[in-house]
Amino acid sequence: MLNFLVRRTVGAILVIIAVTFIVFVIFIVVPGGDPAQRIAGKNATQQNIVNIRHDWGFDRPFYVQYYKMMQKMFSGSLVSYTSQQNVLDQIKLGLPATFSLAIGASIIWLFFGIAVGVVSAIKAGKLSDRAITVLALIGVSMPVFWLGIVTRYYLAEGGLTSIFPDGEYVALTTDPLQWFWHLVLPWCCLAVLFIGFYSRVLRGNILDTSNEDYVRTAKAKGLTPNRIMRKHVLRLSLIPIITLFGLDFAAVLGGGAILTETVFDLHGVGQYAYQSINNFDLPPIMAVTLYGAMFIVVFSVLVDIFYAYLDPRIRPT
Amino acid sequence: MAERLLEVKGLKVQFATVDGTVKAVDGVSFELERGKVLGIVGESGSGKSVTAMTLMGLTRDVNSRFEGEVVYKGKDLLQVSDTEMQQYRGAEMGMIFQDPMTSLNPVYRIGEQIVEAIRTHEKIDKRAAKNRAVELLRQVGIPNPEMRVDDFPHQFSGGMRQRAMIAIALSCNPDVLIADEPTTALDVTIQAQIIELIDRLKDDFNSAVILITHDLGVVADVADEIIVMYAGNVVERAATRDLFYDPQMPYTWGLLGSIPRLDRPRPERLHSITGSPPSLINLPQGCAFRPRCPHAFDRCTQRPPLENHVDPPSHLDRCWLDVEYKRAHRGDTIAGGKPEAA
Repeated sequence: MLNFLVRRTVGAILVIIAVTFIVFVIFIVVPGGDPAQRIAGKNATQQNIVNIRHDWGFDRPFYVQYYKMMQKMFSGSLVSYTSQQNVLDQIKLGLPATFSLAIGASIIWLFFGIAVGVVSAIKAGKLSDRAITVLALIGVSMPVFWLGIVTRYYLAEGGLTSIFPDGEYVALTTDPLQWFWHLVLPWCCLAVLFIGFYSRVLRGNILDTSNEDYVRTAKAKGLTPNRIMRKHVLRLSLIPIITLFGLDFAAVLGGGAILTETVFDLHGVGQYAYQSINNFDLPPIMAVTLYGAMFIVVFSVLVDIFYAYLDPRIRPT
Repeated sequence: MAERLLEVKGLKVQFATVDGTVKAVDGVSFELERGKVLGIVGESGSGKSVTAMTLMGLTRDVNSRFEGEVVYKGKDLLQVSDTEMQQYRGAEMGMIFQDPMTSLNPVYRIGEQIVEAIRTHEKIDKRAAKNRAVELLRQVGIPNPEMRVDDFPHQFSGGMRQRAMIAIALSCNPDVLIADEPTTALDVTIQAQIIELIDRLKDDFNSAVILITHDLGVVADVADEIIVMYAGNVVERAATRDLFYDPQMPYTWGLLGSIPRLDRPRPERLHSITGSPPSLINLPQGCAFRPRCPHAFDRCTQRPPLENHVDPPSHLDRCWLDVEYKRAHRGDTIAGGKPEAA
C-alpha cells in the first residue's frame, strides 16, 4: 500500500509538471500572446512595453519564466496580468460555487444514471428500453450551453415562467434555501449529459455481466432475480462507472464545468477560467489548470483504491 | 426398487432466434432413481446441456418453448412458476458447470458463495452456515478448509474451484446433482479425481447424479445408465455395460472409437466421425445422423423410432440397420480399422 502511494504520488507530480508546462508553452507559442502589450494597455509607447517586459521578466528564456511562475504559484503570490489581483484568492472565491455545483450535480447524475441504466437493462429490448435509449441519446447530444440557455428562457426569472431564479450563486451560509433554489437549474443541466452517458454504459455492462457463468451459478443456487441483480450483476457492472464518475466528478470540482458556470453566472472556478482565457491572462489559466489537474490526479488514485475494494483480484497480495 | 426421483417424458425445447426455430432438444425421455448415475453423452450441440439446464429451469426465457414433462417427485417442473422454481434450484437440484474458472463470482469469498446458497434455502444464522461451508469444503477435499473458506476464487486452482462448485451444489443436500461437463476444463489427472469425488458424494448425500459429457471414457466407470444424444435426439440408451459391449447405433460406435484404449491393438490414428453435427434449425430428413453415417441406406430417409432390438429390453436405439449386420461391421469403427469378430 505504501509502495503504491509513493509510486502514485511521484507519478502525480510528474503529471502536474507536464500539464502546466504544456499549457505554458502553448500560451507562448500562440499568436497575440505577448502579455506585456496587454499589461501596458492600448496607448502605451514602445518604451513602456519594453520596460514592462523587463520588469515582469518576459525577456527571460521561457523555462526561466515557467520556473518563476511556478515558484510564485506555490508561494501564493501569483497575480493576474490584467487585473493584478492575486490568483489564488480569486480561485478561493470561486470554490464554494464550484463545489456546490459539482457535489449537487454529481449526486443527481450518479443516482439517475444508475437507476436509468438498471431499468433499461432489465427492460432490454422492450419499448421502455427503446424510449430510454432515445432520451439518453438526446441527453448526450444536447450541448450544455444550449440546454442552459433554453432552460433559462423557459423556467428562469425573466423568462416565460419565472419558476426559478436566473443564475447567480447564493452562499449556503447566507441562505440555504436560496442556495438550493439557485442551483436547481445548473445542477440539472450539468447532470443531463452524464445521466445519458452513464446509463448507456451501465446498461451495456449489465447485459454483458448477465451472460457471465457465475450469474448462471447464482441462478442455479435458486437466488431471486432481485438478489442476482444486486449482488452478482450490479457489483461488477459498476466498476467501469466508478472510473467514469471519479474522473468526471474531479473534472467538475476542478472547474471543468466552464459552460454551466458561465451560462448560469455562478462565479465559480470554471467561470474564472473562462474569463481568464478570454483575457489571454496566463497566471490564472496556469493556476486553474494546476488546480484541476490536482483533482484529476487525486481522484484517479481514489478510483484505483476503490477498484481494489470492489474487485479482490487486483488487490496487492 | 429405489425411489424414482425424476422422470422426463418427451421433453422438447425450442428457441426462437432470428434465423429460425432451433430445435435444441427434440423428444428426450429418461428416468432417474435415487443412488443412480445417469450419463448423457454427445457432441457439442447435441442438446445435452440444454436438457440439463431445462431440468433446472435455466433455459426459461421469452424465446423458449417447452413440450413434454419433467416430473420431479410427482410434480411437473415445466408447469411451476418462476418463483416456485427458485425453491427447487439449489435445494432439490444442484448443478455444476463446465468451466470452474468462470463459474464462481470473482468478487466474493468462496465461503460467502457457499453460505449464500445455504441461506437462500434455509433459515440458519451466518455462523452456522459458515461452519457448514467449512465442513462442505472438507468433504469435497479442500485441504485446510478453515483457512481456505475465506479465500477468493482466484486464489484457488482449477480443480479446487470445481471442488468448491461441487460444495455449493451440494450445500443444501439436493436429491439430484447435475454435472454438466464437470471435467472438460480440467487437467486429465484432476478429471478422474473429480469424477470419483462426485461418485462418492452421491452416496454420502444419498442423491442421484446426471453426468453430462462428450467423453464416453469419463462416464464408463461411474454411470449406471447412459443416454447417447445426437442433434437433440436420444439415439441410444442402455445400461453402461450393454452400451459398451453391444453398441447398436453407428454414432455410438464413433464415440467409442474415439476413446484411446490400451486393451486393443493400437490403430494408426484415433477414429474420428467425419463431418459435423447438423444445423438444429434445419435438420436432415429421417435419421439425423444419416449424412455422416457410413452405413446409411434407403430406409434412413425415414426417421427411425427409439426401439429395442437386442437383449436386454432396456437397451433402446434409433437405427434401421439389421442387428447382425451391425455386429459384423461395428468393429471397424470401434477398433479403428481392425475388424473384430462379432
